[in-house]
Amino acid sequence: MPADTEVPPIVQMRGITIRFPGVLALDGVDFTLRPGEVHSLMGENGAGKSTLIKALTGVYAIDDGSITVAGERRSFSTAADAQEAGISTVYQEVNLCSNLTVGENVMLGHERRRGTGIDWKATHREAAGHLASLGLDVDPRSILASHSIAIQQLVAISRAMVLDAKVLILDEPTSSLDRGEVEQLFGVIRGLRDQGVAILFVSHFLDQVYEISDRITVLRNGALVGEHPVEELPRDALVTKMIGRELDDLAAIASSSHRTIDRTGTPVVKATGLGRRGVLEPADLEVYEGEVVGLAGLLGSGRTELVRLLYGADRADEGSIEVRGAPVKVHQPRHAIDHRISLSSENRREEGVVADLTVAENIVLGMQARQGWLRRIPQKDQDAVVKEYIEALGVRPANPNALVGNLSGGNQQKVLLARWLATAPQLLVLDEPTRGIDVGAKADIQRKVAELSAQGLSVVFISSELEEVLRLAQRVVVLRDRRKVGELDSASTDLDMLIDYIANAGEGSAA
Amino acid sequence: MNALYKHRLFWPIASLLALIAINAIARPQFIKVTVRDGELYGALVTILKDSAPLMLVALGMTIVIATRGIDLSVGAIMAVSGAVALTIIDGSGSPDNLATVLIAVVVALLVALILGAWNGLLVTVLGIQPIVATLVLMLAGRGAALLITGGEITTVNSAPFKWMSGGYLVALPVAFLIGLLAITIMGLIERRTALGVLTEAVGINPEASRLAGVRARGIIWGAYMVSGILAGVAGLIYASRISAADANAAGVFIELYAILAVVLGGTSLNGGKFSIAGTVVGVFIIQTLDSTILFLGIPSAQSPVFFGFVVAIVVVVQSPRVRTALGSLGGRRRSRGTSGPSTDTVEVAR
Amino acid sequence: MTATMARSERRTGAGPSAFQTFLSRHGGMMPTFAAVLILLLLFVGAEAFLRGDFISGGNISALLLDNAYLMVLAVGMTFVILTGGIDLSVGSVMAFTGILGAKLLADGLPAAIAVPAMLLGGAAIGLFIGILVQYFGVQPFIASLAGLFLGRGLAFIVSLSSIRVEDTSLLWLQSERIWMGAWYITPTGIIALSTVAIAAFVLHLTRFGRTIYAIGGNEQSARLMGLKVGRAKVLAYVISGSCAGLAGLILTAYSGAGYPRNGIGTELDAIAAVVIGGTLLTGGRGYVVGSMIGVFVYGTIKSVINFMGAEQSWMQIIVGALLLLFIVVQRAIVARSEGRR
Repeated sequence: MPADTEVPPIVQMRGITIRFPGVLALDGVDFTLRPGEVHSLMGENGAGKSTLIKALTGVYAIDDGSITVAGERRSFSTAADAQEAGISTVYQEVNLCSNLTVGENVMLGHERRRGTGIDWKATHREAAGHLASLGLDVDPRSILASHSIAIQQLVAISRAMVLDAKVLILDEPTSSLDRGEVEQLFGVIRGLRDQGVAILFVSHFLDQVYEISDRITVLRNGALVGEHPVEELPRDALVTKMIGRELDDLAAIASSSHRTIDRTGTPVVKATGLGRRGVLEPADLEVYEGEVVGLAGLLGSGRTELVRLLYGADRADEGSIEVRGAPVKVHQPRHAIDHRISLSSENRREEGVVADLTVAENIVLGMQARQGWLRRIPQKDQDAVVKEYIEALGVRPANPNALVGNLSGGNQQKVLLARWLATAPQLLVLDEPTRGIDVGAKADIQRKVAELSAQGLSVVFISSELEEVLRLAQRVVVLRDRRKVGELDSASTDLDMLIDYIANAGEGSAA
Repeated sequence: MNALYKHRLFWPIASLLALIAINAIARPQFIKVTVRDGELYGALVTILKDSAPLMLVALGMTIVIATRGIDLSVGAIMAVSGAVALTIIDGSGSPDNLATVLIAVVVALLVALILGAWNGLLVTVLGIQPIVATLVLMLAGRGAALLITGGEITTVNSAPFKWMSGGYLVALPVAFLIGLLAITIMGLIERRTALGVLTEAVGINPEASRLAGVRARGIIWGAYMVSGILAGVAGLIYASRISAADANAAGVFIELYAILAVVLGGTSLNGGKFSIAGTVVGVFIIQTLDSTILFLGIPSAQSPVFFGFVVAIVVVVQSPRVRTALGSLGGRRRSRGTSGPSTDTVEVAR
Repeated sequence: MTATMARSERRTGAGPSAFQTFLSRHGGMMPTFAAVLILLLLFVGAEAFLRGDFISGGNISALLLDNAYLMVLAVGMTFVILTGGIDLSVGSVMAFTGILGAKLLADGLPAAIAVPAMLLGGAAIGLFIGILVQYFGVQPFIASLAGLFLGRGLAFIVSLSSIRVEDTSLLWLQSERIWMGAWYITPTGIIALSTVAIAAFVLHLTRFGRTIYAIGGNEQSARLMGLKVGRAKVLAYVISGSCAGLAGLILTAYSGAGYPRNGIGTELDAIAAVVIGGTLLTGGRGYVVGSMIGVFVYGTIKSVINFMGAEQSWMQIIVGALLLLFIVVQRAIVARSEGRR
């Protein structure tokens, strides 16, 4: 029962603009949500999905624009305010108290009382009623933590129903659910939609988006790309809109990258059947000397997961790794580093830079960790290395004593790249090195990668920007829904083919 | 001038100098240092001498705090180390024999090192919160010390042992020199090896450090061992000063004063950047304040009230709420919070 | 692995066994049951190996009498620990309120003034700590450390030496014995047990109590659910402070005097009792009744050691070892529940 456009919208956001220091997070975005529809919000990381949701739920203040809920102009100052107005959010990490019972989580703050105390019998009975109305057969007296994430999410939705939500925001609810659980969740979502609840759905899984949505709004780089009924937006058109096409002057890199790689010898690194339950289905990956292998796929497709297993950041529970033909054990990052494999994480702030240390200290950290604490790298050598990389990568400010936390994202990324290059790796894994950084820094980093691989460094390059992947890599490994779905030779692949492959491989139309 | 003003040690040092100045004005003999038989005497020298146990404990605490931890067991370790040493000396029959004393000292320090390693084991391998992990030893350690001394206060008359707290070397009190030695060694390790920066990296961002290949576990474990052995030395000096092992009184509350010294010296309890020099200044502030309170005729038992207020003021000044209020008077705050101080950390999951 | 198993079990639809239902509802009580078991073993062991009358009305009554103050402290500490905090100040606050009460009575004021003053004194220090924690973002450990210093210093400011209590109404709390066969209970015992009962009511049957649990489970979620998190957190420290004030009253009645050196290290005993009673130091899980059991375990170990004529120092070692045991068990429980998610 897709809602028709005639129904007056329950939420109307107009010209929403939010600025963070140095970044325009949302640039005049419009968004409309109607009762009785499932509306998907799509976009890659940094597109502004979370920011838009937080603007709606009162977590962020908006700098410009207006929000109208049920015909009334609103501005919430806390998430609790938004709940009062009937807007409830269910997050991927369920925001409930897992130490309490299921029933209590549904009813917390709305318990039935008798005399001075809470009437647990009545409270649990009412909770059971709410759970049953979503088709959930769960003991309301059981502890929430004893249930799967899927059940917990449904409990969170039940709670939203107690609060009489008119708008339900589901932020990546399916990321940790299996197929059957997704079906159960979708059943509940359809039921609510048919009761007239407006549902805002965010997911990285294309299949699910197409299965459940009535309408799709696409954001890119903080701006609105378009709003479309789902049947008017084929998959590859959606992927194209999400990723965008960037006209640039980096053709030179492309031509230098598209050289033939000798794949007859022993690969520098070869992973066979590398996987971890619930994270990644077993996948193979081999990288030859001087080769750039691109990993393509949407966020959550398993591309980050694969390289984390390769690096030992997470422990693989199956598969094996060989370095130049010799089997090796990689159970923690140190092991990978000992085999001269380096990983620059996608999560720059939390897993990359050490914010309160200086540029110089951050650059030297990797080398020093490898040397051990006793043999401090002489100051003179440190200064030389730091100076060399600040110049080679164009780190700004070019001050080795600046705190890294005060640098822009692009410059932090350059510092990270410097840290790993200083350790002279034979395989460098770069996970989203160009995300959220300015165009100049992007070009600098790509140029450097192309240059280093031409000199013999092997690279695994992950990016949501497919042009980058095609430009730099000789071979592209495609992943979807936590599974490797195939490999493409980038010389004979263009962007449309790659998009089609990402969207449809394994679905029968491609491959 | 402005740079001086902004230096992280400006306020600690300024407070220390102010305290000394007030004392010097109130009682000029405070800053008088006399030489008797080639040895220095005076109120300031006494402060230097008496600060040794706290100095040692606070230095160890600094390193532990830098790793985002805390060590509550230092007082108990002091009691154990004093008990071990004095029991050995007492049982030997020749308390004045230098070899006996040396053996006693080495065994006591070995025990202290093992206790520190035990703390490190609980924190790194079992993943128990530092406060809780070290609480175990804080409770049980003192009991163990009492067992060693048989529940009594073991007293000995041992000249070589007494020398640790009462003796002089090149005109300076030995206790102070031991503290100075510890400061120097820690300063050198920080400067000459990479341990300082690696410890800070682990304290600031454990996950990034792990991914950068830093042996975070070894560094944290080492910090607790250092804290243990320094507490052991402090316990020996304390026992030497009173010529007795008093398992109930040795190092009582010293963990609290040590934490206070670290905080006064500008090292954040959230780990990361630490300052050995700051801790040294912090210890001197506490010791001078203690001496001032005593001079004012206030019974030393009442001094905790002052320290209670000092702690409260220091933490309030360091708190995010006051900082943002002071720091961004003009600036507009980005994220609107719900309520409470944790506003700044209220970052709803993606 | 555990997760998938648990899910498939539920899907079978055959209806969970009574045991599974019990586990899913009351799995969090296991540590408390363990404490009860330890207590029973201690009783039976002491009865069998030490003397015939260990499990007797007189002995168990004395156990309550001797540990009434600790029980009250443990109740207050339970509130704070359930929110995920800690209160190191209770020992010295107890000393302060104890000596304060003794001094007021010695100065000729009636108990009707002295007793409320003691409770208010404790509550004030609790409020001070709560405000530091909630509004200035100070770690509970450090904030209560300031409270510890403050309480101890204030105790010595009131008096440097102990003050005898002559007031009959206060001493009556201790001396009056209500006999029931071989059992007896003193008013202090009644106070301690009622504190446990009231706390149990508040924690399990009021919204404030459930907010305390919710904060300990996930403070951020509790806030997003619209609960009054800030108020509840401050109140937890005020309750702990008031309980310390009450404990000061009980201890003063028990020892017949106020003494500024009372309760050094008692905060650790209270924390140990709470943890042994099955409350998780990370907050959100535990029962005030468990804390009561923890105090009984503590008191029983103490009297066994006394009876054996062993060194009192064994007390600290055994309590330390028990604490370690329970922390490791809790750590395993937490690791298991995290593994499920």
